[in-house]
Amino acid sequence: MRQVYLDNAATTPLHPQVKQAIQGAMAEYANPSSLHSLGAGVEKLLSQARAEVAGLLKVNSANLVFTSGGTEANNMAIKGALARSGRKGRLVTSSIEHPSVMEVYRRLESEGWDVVRIPVDDGGQVQLEALEQALAQPTALVSIMAVNNETGVIQPLEKAMELIRARQPRALVHVDAVQAPGKVEFRLADLGVDLASVSAHKIHGPKGIGALYLRNRDLINPVLDGGGQEGGLRSGTENVLGIIGFGEAARLAKDGFAQNLAHVAGLRSRFVDGMEGLSGQIVSPEDGVPHILAVSFPGFRGEVLLQALSAHNVFVSTGAACSGKKGNLSHVAEALGLDDESRLGLIRFSFSSMNTEEEVVYALTKMEEVLAELAFVRGRRSR
Amino acid sequence: MYNKVLIRFGEVGLKGKNRSYFINALAGNIRRALKGLGRGYKVTTPYGRIFVDLPPEHDFAAVQATLRQVFGLVSFSPVVQTDLDMEAIRAAALKELKAGGVPETFKVAARRSLKSFVLDSMEINRDVGSHLLQNCPGLKVDVHNPQRMVNIEVRQEGAFVFSQVIPGPGGLPVGVTGKGVLLLSGGIDSPVAGWMAMKRGIALEAVYFDTPPFTSPRALAKVERLAKILAQWAPVNLHVVNFTPVQKALMQHVPEDLTITVMRRFMFRVAEALAQRQGALALITGESVGQVASQTLESMLTINNVVSAPVLRPVVALDKVEIMDLARKIGTYETSIEPFQDCCTLFVSPHPKTRPTLSQARQAEEHLDVEALVNLAMEGIDTNRYS
Repeated sequence: MRQVYLDNAATTPLHPQVKQAIQGAMAEYANPSSLHSLGAGVEKLLSQARAEVAGLLKVNSANLVFTSGGTEANNMAIKGALARSGRKGRLVTSSIEHPSVMEVYRRLESEGWDVVRIPVDDGGQVQLEALEQALAQPTALVSIMAVNNETGVIQPLEKAMELIRARQPRALVHVDAVQAPGKVEFRLADLGVDLASVSAHKIHGPKGIGALYLRNRDLINPVLDGGGQEGGLRSGTENVLGIIGFGEAARLAKDGFAQNLAHVAGLRSRFVDGMEGLSGQIVSPEDGVPHILAVSFPGFRGEVLLQALSAHNVFVSTGAACSGKKGNLSHVAEALGLDDESRLGLIRFSFSSMNTEEEVVYALTKMEEVLAELAFVRGRRSR
Repeated sequence: MYNKVLIRFGEVGLKGKNRSYFINALAGNIRRALKGLGRGYKVTTPYGRIFVDLPPEHDFAAVQATLRQVFGLVSFSPVVQTDLDMEAIRAAALKELKAGGVPETFKVAARRSLKSFVLDSMEINRDVGSHLLQNCPGLKVDVHNPQRMVNIEVRQEGAFVFSQVIPGPGGLPVGVTGKGVLLLSGGIDSPVAGWMAMKRGIALEAVYFDTPPFTSPRALAKVERLAKILAQWAPVNLHVVNFTPVQKALMQHVPEDLTITVMRRFMFRVAEALAQRQGALALITGESVGQVASQTLESMLTINNVVSAPVLRPVVALDKVEIMDLARKIGTYETSIEPFQDCCTLFVSPHPKTRPTLSQARQAEEHLDVEALVNLAMEGIDTNRYS
């Protein structure tokens, strides 16, 4: 039975070449920190992989620290930056961050930090005036994501950077860029951000490996102490297979950037065309990343649609959990100002360069069938 | 050192003519439970007693854990069987006394059914008692309140020495009272109700009403895990009914505030049809009076009306906290409280009728072909056996 995987914002399938690279590296077992030649051989493989990741992000290899993924990179950036002595002032973030940022700030807030969350406008972008107001007070750290994972909205980082540098030149800026590499053209170094998090499994690499970019290695204190790997910033024997897979995935994402972006944009536009005549309302803006398309089907429950599509082997995700409790509704959808019915009916289709037009057409057909099958629940009170 | 386990059963022994039937059922259940531990375990029923022969290599902790989950078993004792010879009996008694540390006080309690044995009960007590006193300095006899009671039974097939009495779960051997259909959900109450029914000897035919795509596959997986936990006591058949066609009809034709009432009526009807198919005699639910809208007495009356089989509600008079305590004891609690995202709230009206009448329910079902819907549900059943 065929499977149409349209949940690529959650994770992507391993690229066959990445798989090959990892399989090839499985024979390498030495510890890259070992002084013998076997260790040195593995270390060399790691530095090549690091160079590939740096190439994708257009930064210097020396400014990258490998982590266990996006969550660790985000935790390390925020907690590590504040642990570095002398950081005072408020913390500024957006209302649409990923839980691995949002929850860190929630904890810091409970520990006594003043945390300001910047709302987004109708288009899902952080409100720059609100950001400017927040920056009137001394600020230690600002975290704003590059691309929202639920809507695909690209955040106005350049303008935000200008404001931050003008108002609070000493504040550190952290960007959760997990959804960005290979999807938007952006240069971390030119932007001038201080810290940025990325993850391999969003670009057809393996799970369990990510990286933190640091403009300057003195910006943070390590969270994990130990053997002093990654220049002392992230102790622990390197995830050799993960890093090698990440390197290959980064190389493919960099080399295929323009082609992949055009392919995915084509898929999205085909999908959006096909949505005409169905009852869905497209929530994602046209100028977001083409990979992510949030669509609301008011009157339906996103979770029910998801399960019905899943029964047809079409795999998507919801913007909202369906338990009917408000607390479980997507905070991003709420920040966007969607009403309850639209939020309950939200589902996210996310594409990758490995999807085909045929798959998109198949998914559309199934979507239409499912909506017809479930039409009887429409309009029924959901709670 | 132990080569046998002596099994005690209380109520089972009281059942008059059925005694041997009950004993055989219990022995069979013990046999099946011990199968998981490997070969070499033999269950025999000489003279109305049940013994388990232990293989030379066995882990008694595992045997004990297994036996504690066999209903009908009141208590059991690991036993050393020796030859009918005082020397051997003395040695076994001393070893038994020392197992787990020598106590301060003890008593020997001998019973002799083999009247031709060289000593009578009193003489055995004295003989073995003095042997133990000689070998354990500081040890004292206490006939009224001994810390350890060393039992010696002299029977035709040999002498049995034991001192430990380990409590079993009680109840009746599963299967002896018949089969029941348990309406199993992923919640806390229904697994407890099922366990309590099992305790009274009822073999479970569990039924779960699956409603894809409105309920998630994870909800079903959770129910399967609960069935597996219950199956640690006795085998459970889990019947998964595809309830979506019924649910769909209800959502189209039944007033919202009566959906839950009519839904439960259909669940009962399907459960009864399943009971007939499986040769089960009762339905079992985890209902507790007043807990939710469908569990008021009015609701129970209106829902119960569609079936003629008895509906057993083992937790009907327990408080939620009491049910939770039992669930923890049984081991289903942690699984029951696992959160999963589920859309069954879609079927629940914000204001369900808490006192639905029979005539209201009948009226609500006017536009439904009840028999056809029940048949449709019966056709979509997927059954798995857990043991």
